[in-house]
Amino acid sequence: MATTEEIRADLAEITNEVAGTDTAHVQLDKSFIDDLDVDSLSMVEIVVACEEKFGVTIPDEEVKNLKTVGDAVAYIERAQG
Amino acid sequence: MSGPVELRSSQGAPHAAILGLGAYRPSRVVPNSEIVGRIDSTDEWVQQRSGIRERRWATEDETVQSMSVAASRVALERAGIDAAQIDCVVVATISHMMQTPAVATLIAHELGTEQAAAFDVSAACAGFCHGVAMAADFIRAGSARHVLVIGVEKLSEITNPDDRGSAFIFADGAGAMVMGPSDVAGVGPVVWGSDGEQYDLIRQREDWRDVLVAEEPVIPHLVMQGNAVFRWASFAMAKIGREAMDRAGVTPDQLDCFVPHQANMRITDAMARAMKLPAGVRIARDIAEQGNTSAASIPLALARMYDEGDAKSGDLALLIAFGAGLAYAAQVVRLP
Repeated sequence: MATTEEIRADLAEITNEVAGTDTAHVQLDKSFIDDLDVDSLSMVEIVVACEEKFGVTIPDEEVKNLKTVGDAVAYIERAQG
Repeated sequence: MSGPVELRSSQGAPHAAILGLGAYRPSRVVPNSEIVGRIDSTDEWVQQRSGIRERRWATEDETVQSMSVAASRVALERAGIDAAQIDCVVVATISHMMQTPAVATLIAHELGTEQAAAFDVSAACAGFCHGVAMAADFIRAGSARHVLVIGVEKLSEITNPDDRGSAFIFADGAGAMVMGPSDVAGVGPVVWGSDGEQYDLIRQREDWRDVLVAEEPVIPHLVMQGNAVFRWASFAMAKIGREAMDRAGVTPDQLDCFVPHQANMRITDAMARAMKLPAGVRIARDIAEQGNTSAASIPLALARMYDEGDAKSGDLALLIAFGAGLAYAAQVVRLP
């Protein structure tokens, strides 16, 4: 099972690929929209990339709850069970 | 007593191909600055959100019929085909406001066909690729020899100028292709389908009968759930695009042009990324100056690629169209 840090690092790579965000800035306390300049369409791309990378399902109605990098990492950890 | 009468079936050409392309861009250029006031937005936001800098809207004189005829005349001339040789006219549109008869019949008559079969196709933004698929099959089956496929929209008439989610997206225009018989395959197998379960994501807001009883009747506008459409279009459609290439026996590195329905530049970019298209594949980006013209967007986008040197005769192009329904269709074609 991947550790929190491993998931964060993979998520940072994905965020970089989709939105060009510096991977070093993708930390657990950062807000996608307010801190990382990720808009709602880029967020959809990140979510779909996460689904493939981590083998989880993140439905549309769940996406709005993933405000910070930490929210997303926690969701992925739970979904991986 | 003789046995039952044996029916004959028709015999067509071995293959079908695209023979000529034409487009018509309406005269009115509408920059973002004309749109953003009513939706409390900015030029920068619209560009960032959609890649659209300006769009074309038709004037009152530029109708679904007149734009179609103009685009078709160019396509016929480029194909070297006379209107009298066209025996079927297929028009993909959702914005011809006269429900019956089909606008295709008027277009076929105005062009001077000899009473060609003519009908409209309702598959929204996916309509043009549905038309190309049907035309290729008609030609191969012998139902028609030369088919004119038109995609045309005047979406400005059914766009809500106060809707933040769609006012900046939709636009007007027409594109046409002449298709005919060929000794080699010019149109690959279609991969198409629909998902009526997601019918609500993009649709006409209300039934015409409800409009009649409204206090202030207005033409029913298009409504769309942007983020859900984005997810479906970018990722589900990338898979359909790959399948169309597989079925045509074409690998991504053999592709010259990628011409998706011009829904939103962000969808085009996400799709190209998801499909892992090689860097050498030229990508249609007509939406920046044309807006989203639904059924007309693929031929319009192709026309720009020719004009700008991004497409040439003999190129292999992946066409993929998707939209309300959710209907979709994709095929690889050889450009005329």
